[in-house]
Amino acid sequence: MSHMQGVRFLQGNIACAEGAIAAGCRFFAGYPITPSTEVAEWMAQRLPKVGGVFIQMEDEIGSISAIIGARWAGVKAMTATSGPGFSLMMENVGFAAMTETPIVIVNVQRGGPSTGQPTMPASGDVMQSRYGSHGDYAVIALSPNSVQEMFDLTVEAFNLSERYRVPTFLMADEIVGHMREKVVLPEKVETFTAPLSRKGTKYYFKPDPKTLVPKMQVFGRGYNVHVTGLTHDERGYPATNDAKVHFRLVRRLVEKIERNADKIIKVEEHHLEDAEVVLIAYGAVSRSALAAVRELRRRGVKAGLLRLITLFPFPERLISRLARRAKLVVLEMNLGQMLREVERCAKRRVHFLPKIGGELHTPQEIVRFVEALK
Amino acid sequence: MRVEVRFSGFGGQGIVTAGIILARAASIHDGKQAVQTQSYGPEARGGASRSEVIISDEEILYPKVLRPDIFVVMSGQAMQKYLRDLKKGGVVIYDSSLIKTPPAKGRPYPVPATLLAKREIGKTIVANIILLGALTTITGVVSKQAMENAVLESVPKGTEEMNKKALHIGFAEGERLVKEK
Repeated sequence: MSHMQGVRFLQGNIACAEGAIAAGCRFFAGYPITPSTEVAEWMAQRLPKVGGVFIQMEDEIGSISAIIGARWAGVKAMTATSGPGFSLMMENVGFAAMTETPIVIVNVQRGGPSTGQPTMPASGDVMQSRYGSHGDYAVIALSPNSVQEMFDLTVEAFNLSERYRVPTFLMADEIVGHMREKVVLPEKVETFTAPLSRKGTKYYFKPDPKTLVPKMQVFGRGYNVHVTGLTHDERGYPATNDAKVHFRLVRRLVEKIERNADKIIKVEEHHLEDAEVVLIAYGAVSRSALAAVRELRRRGVKAGLLRLITLFPFPERLISRLARRAKLVVLEMNLGQMLREVERCAKRRVHFLPKIGGELHTPQEIVRFVEALK
Repeated sequence: MRVEVRFSGFGGQGIVTAGIILARAASIHDGKQAVQTQSYGPEARGGASRSEVIISDEEILYPKVLRPDIFVVMSGQAMQKYLRDLKKGGVVIYDSSLIKTPPAKGRPYPVPATLLAKREIGKTIVANIILLGALTTITGVVSKQAMENAVLESVPKGTEEMNKKALHIGFAEGERLVKEK
């Protein structure tokens, strides 16, 4: 038995760490930061018992570097942080995207900018998860709203990162990270590991024509692969002045996510069939939003909820469809981030109820806001 | 029905532990839904400690306590700070060996937990468990069996007997107070 099983009463951050172990993670490098620290603490206790390695690094730059290296050594790896550490990791997020390294980065978000509100929840880093590093690339970002999902979506994050060879983010917040709830941990979870290419091939970065994902290699096992953050051709050799090579590579890095978006994207839909007002929320806020929808329905308002589980890739077509027949209301713990994504797809006015400062929207606040829309 | 419980006192009194034990009793042993949260900020370091539990038969969506139905309090400072949030007609269970002035609001249940812990067990550290016992029999929000199971699986190995004794002192105190009312 490697990970915890059965019915438990756990903290979100600990459920996340157990999810990682269940998914096959055997390396964690991190630097403690509130409100994510319990992930590192738990990994430090647990990894040595399942044959894994935990390192407390000098900072978050070192942490993400170490997990990228670990994955090229053939071990699934994760780090966990919050806002300030997330910012430090950004350069190597791009390196992981460019080298197509499957890694999982957990961000238990707190109030920012800067050191901001260490113990308070926020969703102020969601755009950074998509666009924080330089250059063009794509990532996958997931947003849990319960302790159970801190486990389930961590497993999912590993599987997606391996399937598409892409850095994958678990964008949690202080509320889901710190609260405790009952969870049911399965005996076995489905896991996926990026398949290895054969040795001695010349074209290590030649993608599968359908998925656009190339096969993986492991250092020290006889693969003479060259892994670089420079623009590289399908052999992995730098080709930094070749416009065609650059276009083909970077276009593919984005397209491998875009083309597979329908397979990646997960949402939760509540009462959308006849909804005249659709709330759009994610993370802890989506819990308040669902309570609000139920109350609005009791009062005769045809409200529905679209809960984003996948933040990126973004469910563009679904939002466009909903915008044609319902009023859209975005709720988030920032001053308007996913709002811009929704507006881009809706091509019409989108209502917005932001909340920052560390308190979650209450269902009553949301109900009042929606009722005042008429 | 949704019941909101707030525990508050000084750091070191087992406030957070009490919240976790109550939530575990409800969710694991009584088959209800429960969510536990706690204060983390500088206030947690400055001496004051707070832990909150929501118990419900249905799915708990909004996870924070706004207006507690039950307030378990172990310091005068916490009484002053949080009593105003109590729901109208709410229950206040307070350590009357530490707080001399009864609450000006709600239904008061004085339990001299720290004194009883010292006199009956010889260790003040189990005062929180005595209060959990009293909470169980005063409010019925969890069953005695569920609470006992949750206490026994949550305390350090080797301290089970001591904690069980403390819990039963609390059960009896609660029952006595209910009878008196």
